[in-house]
Amino acid sequence: MPLIKHGRFAADLWTVYADDAPLQPDIPAVVSLARFLAQRAALTASALDLGVRLEPGEHPQALAEALDRLALVQLHFPSFTDGRAYSYARLLRQRYRYRGEVRAVGHVLRDQYLFMARAGFDAFETPPGETAQKWRQAVRAVGPAYQPAADDRRPVWAERRTHPERAPSQ
Amino acid sequence: MYRYDAFDAAFVRQRTEQFRDQVARRLSGELTEEEFKPLRLMNGLYLQLHAYMLRVAIPYGTLDSRQLRKLAHIARTYDKGYGHFTTRQNIQFNWPALVDVPSILEELAEVEMHAIQTSGNCIRNVTADHYAGAVAGEVEDPRIWAEIIRQWSSLHPEFSFLPRKFKIAVTGTTHDRAAVKLHDIGLVLTRDAAGAVGFQVLVGGGQGRTPMVAKTLRDFLPKERLLSYLEAILRTYNLLGRRDNKYKARIKILVHEVGIEEVRRLVEAEWEAIGRETSLDLPEAERARIAAHFAPPDLTPRPAEPPALVEALATHRPFRHWLRSNVKPHRTPGYAVVDVSLKPIGGAPGDMTDAQMEALADLADRHSLGEIRVSHAQNLVLPHVAREDLPALHRGLAAAGLATGNNRLVSDIIACPGLDYCALANARSIPIAQRISERFADLDRQADIGPLEIKISGCINACGHHHVGHIGLLGVDRKGEEAYQITLGGRADENAAIGRIVGPAFDADGAVAAVETIVETYLEERLGPDESFLAAVERLGLAPFKARLYPDKRAA
Ligand code: SF4
Repeated sequence: MPLIKHGRFAADLWTVYADDAPLQPDIPAVVSLARFLAQRAALTASALDLGVRLEPGEHPQALAEALDRLALVQLHFPSFTDGRAYSYARLLRQRYRYRGEVRAVGHVLRDQYLFMARAGFDAFETPPGETAQKWRQAVRAVGPAYQPAADDRRPVWAERRTHPERAPSQ
Repeated sequence: MYRYDAFDAAFVRQRTEQFRDQVARRLSGELTEEEFKPLRLMNGLYLQLHAYMLRVAIPYGTLDSRQLRKLAHIARTYDKGYGHFTTRQNIQFNWPALVDVPSILEELAEVEMHAIQTSGNCIRNVTADHYAGAVAGEVEDPRIWAEIIRQWSSLHPEFSFLPRKFKIAVTGTTHDRAAVKLHDIGLVLTRDAAGAVGFQVLVGGGQGRTPMVAKTLRDFLPKERLLSYLEAILRTYNLLGRRDNKYKARIKILVHEVGIEEVRRLVEAEWEAIGRETSLDLPEAERARIAAHFAPPDLTPRPAEPPALVEALATHRPFRHWLRSNVKPHRTPGYAVVDVSLKPIGGAPGDMTDAQMEALADLADRHSLGEIRVSHAQNLVLPHVAREDLPALHRGLAAAGLATGNNRLVSDIIACPGLDYCALANARSIPIAQRISERFADLDRQADIGPLEIKISGCINACGHHHVGHIGLLGVDRKGEEAYQITLGGRADENAAIGRIVGPAFDADGAVAAVETIVETYLEERLGPDESFLAAVERLGLAPFKARLYPDKRAA
């Protein structure tokens, strides 16, 4: 799975652990929410780089108090049709002010990158064969955004007032 | 009406190019049909029984003559010479070739149209009262708000993969022509005690296999807070709506299972939090910019009874029928709102040929400031016609086969595409509509029967709105045969109600005969011509109708 982060290929240093697998020292570890909550004190006290993977139905509120300690939150798409993680990403960014990596994993398709990027994802586990260039094209496919979200695009209604010249001519 | 600025135009153009690339990937085999499906569905492209079907958005049912001419051109160039207007104020083309679809979208973009969000599990094309801006008694023109919602919901990054499709309707008057109580969200413009404008917010209405009338979520929402409140509802639904069963995935089921009080509590809490995090609500200047596009036309009052009209009334019987049923009062004296019937006797409801579209575009330019509306009853409307123009307009419509004087009468039938086109259908809808219409061809008889809305769906998905037909027909599968279950007493207005089933289903012949029996029963039982069909059903209940429809079961 090629990992694209901030628009570029990136090495994936993380290991996703099954709930019963012992964690290796010095290897950045992604654990399930259940494991994180069960072993929270030990995990947060350790020196490990820590990440948590949320499944649909696992509201990020469960992590709200621990986000400072997490370098990565993975949001899992078992199917691209399950759109709950778009809300989770916005909540992580806009409600809980999370600044670490928010990574889309699972059924992540090119035609969803734009929505994901706007919702606050900054890392993507993409299908085999994906290129960074195609990723960038997909995210830029439609420039004007009608609504503020978790990215830095200014909504059309704000641009109209202050920067009418920015309307794309193509 | 709303005009695109450079941002809107760029948005639609880029979306079209994106889809052109997706179609190219499908045609080259890079994408399988399975992978292509979610992409085409985000652009209104369905695979039907025989061909692709393209559904084009007509936001809140407002068109101008230039756009209607473009639809005519598309029907002629890329289809078989006609289009089909739907119950959601959209138009469908039933026979486009996949390879042509990007070009069709490009042509649509030239006249500020698109097919974005006419399908898929997203916020669908927003609908509104088809008489908006033309009738008296509006708090505000609902299209201002429908346009604001259209923009906000377009490619919304959070709400494009909802549990199920999501429909929003807006009305500006208390008399509801937009069926707001049968939408996921219904918005009724209203004033509070202090005179401030806002919305009554309804939630959880819908049809399909579990029809429900919407409940009130909030009595009064200040209008300037609309978008943040919608965002709170949509987020609550996106997070909690069921995804395990597509038949239980609409917000009506969430409201039903969790209860309106709990949904209200969740939405209000979410709204409060959102309000602290971000500014979603449009600034006053942007609202004013959009509202200016819907400023009422500058009409000078005209004579109410001009001589030409009086004369046509006295001498021309079809004109009389038409005037009585298809011409409604306008808010400016001497003007009228004219319903243009797409239900000629024996025709397919909602179908219109390219030539008819062009003829109507010309008539709209001549008599209605170039404006046309699409109603959810699959008819069109000319919203601003001087009464002295009515005889000439009627002649023009008659020449194009568009002058049937049957608005809201028994032959003004809503029917879904049914088994003739739709892969999900149990039974045909259009031929049944045609046969009923032929039975009641006589307009004198129709006028005597009075307002009677018949609605036909080919399956329980209820695209033909049978649940809210005064008489509803639902196509069911009876041991491999097409059959029709009949309901009575449904309505889609401010007193919305779901029709009740009269009894076992009929075959096609039996269903057509049953409709006639029901109408005869009504005519015999009514207190007088002033008691409408609906009022009679409400007073009498189903018993007299059952007795006539199922005489053998009397004893049982
Ligand atoms: S009601 Fe059923 S048959 Fe009719 S168009 Fe909808 S899905 Fe098809």
